[in-house]
Amino acid sequence: MRATSIIYKRELGRYLRSPIGWIIAAAALLIEGILFQSQAMSGEQLSAIVLERYFYYASGIPTFCGVLLAFRLLAEERQNHSMVLLKTSPIRDTEIVLGKFFAALTFMAIIFVLSIYMPLLVKVNGKITFAQIFVGYFGMFLLGSATLAIGIFASALTRHQIVAALLGAVFVVIMVMLFPLAKRLDSPVREVLEQADLWWIHFQNGFMRGILNLKDVIYYLAVTYFFLLLAVKTLEAKRWQ
Amino acid sequence: MIRATKLSKFYGGKRALGPVSFEIADGETVGFLGLNGAGKTTALRILASDLRPSSGSIEVGGVDAVADPHAVRKRIGFLPENPPLYTEMPVSDYIRFAGELRGMTSAELKKRLGEVLDIADLNDVAHDPIDTLSHGFRQRVGLAQAIIHNPQFLILDEPTRGLDPVQIVEMRNLIHDLKQNHTVLISSHILTEISQTCDRLLVLDKGKLVGSGSESELSKHEGDIGQITVTVRASGDDPKSQITKVLAAIANVTKVGEPYEQGGGYTFSLSTSKDIRADVSRAIVDAKLDLLKLDYARSELENTFIRLVGGADASN
Repeated sequence: MRATSIIYKRELGRYLRSPIGWIIAAAALLIEGILFQSQAMSGEQLSAIVLERYFYYASGIPTFCGVLLAFRLLAEERQNHSMVLLKTSPIRDTEIVLGKFFAALTFMAIIFVLSIYMPLLVKVNGKITFAQIFVGYFGMFLLGSATLAIGIFASALTRHQIVAALLGAVFVVIMVMLFPLAKRLDSPVREVLEQADLWWIHFQNGFMRGILNLKDVIYYLAVTYFFLLLAVKTLEAKRWQ
Repeated sequence: MIRATKLSKFYGGKRALGPVSFEIADGETVGFLGLNGAGKTTALRILASDLRPSSGSIEVGGVDAVADPHAVRKRIGFLPENPPLYTEMPVSDYIRFAGELRGMTSAELKKRLGEVLDIADLNDVAHDPIDTLSHGFRQRVGLAQAIIHNPQFLILDEPTRGLDPVQIVEMRNLIHDLKQNHTVLISSHILTEISQTCDRLLVLDKGKLVGSGSESELSKHEGDIGQITVTVRASGDDPKSQITKVLAAIANVTKVGEPYEQGGGYTFSLSTSKDIRADVSRAIVDAKLDLLKLDYARSELENTFIRLVGGADASN
């Protein structure tokens, strides 16, 4: 895993030094701040409800930033021909994917940290606990890791960054729409699709309300693992093509 | 030693390479010569463990490259046609990053980085971001990443592509220096580059190995053809056909190539087994055509190359 650490450091440095990462972060924080002010804080509400509403809107960061931060990770390497350096070095495809994944996840965590002043304002003026804030952010972190993994898989499929971004967005939208789709179907497909949904069941009904369910944690870890594995297998398969 | 046995590569249903078999001894400098699309890059990518072969086996230093690509990658430095650069990185940071990927320790890198900057003559731009460098310097940076871990085998795919004449000479000198310490494999379709740099040539055509040996070995061939280039002007209704008819009738002309317009006349390539410039000039004058230019221009290696890859097809 030494190579994972080398690639992680380079990728994280790239996010921190390049304007693109900070533009994504600034846009996400701006939109989140506006929604917090205009929607979550509107009217007289219990502080727990305000926090719930905050996480409802804030979950847009991991949902969409995941794809935005990930789409270039592998596609750009192939487009710029720099992938050859990685592929002809004595490192595994798993190490390439993990290094890039953890770098993007770290940058997303930095965005979360920069947004924490909003729930702290609710805490100062209301009656919520740090545990509720922690669970909400933990949920966003897990949701973000899942969308990043989906984005990296999309990025492994093509050398065209725009195509990778669109593919990643389509995959995420499909995963989020599984619950509304399931409601129109009969059992047992309905239950399966509901449980496969990326947001409604596992985030809205759990983390967003300050409820920590082990099954939700396992779900997000499983989605992350599944799509990272697909990304690794896609890279391996391309050596044969 | 590198030993390839019945190596093939298909892209979808299309055969890009093989089956080819060859051996490269330690310390040799071998050139892969062929037209565009001959399979040179595919062969080198397989040797560099970037691609996997569809069939066949390849051993690098006694290690099976398909079964244990990691062990092979440690021994190989690869400069592809497009250098694999992170253009936002400063030169020395990038070379250090490439060394770390190859498993070098900080102490090893500290010692080797200075040497590599000297070898590739990059000291003046060591702290410059790669995207501010000229094409020639980028190619040197690409070469530096390929040699940072002091590999046993150095694979260079079209190393002088896109360089200006001065940079080509500099790159050629650099490769000459590298030959002292590495087994070097170079691909090119530029004959002079290959002939000046390599001890031995592997000639590829349409994915097949059509020749192997030193330049002199390849040239020793019965009935080796010559190539006469002649530019002729005619004033009739159909000058091209008129000239073609005259040229085809000359004794010992085995093939008349497709002409192209040049300097008010038509330029033809004639394949022949003898130097028949006198016969050609006489025939043209006797037919009351204007002889504008007559040349026996090609080198021995070019002739060999044309013969190996299918006659006049190569010259068109």
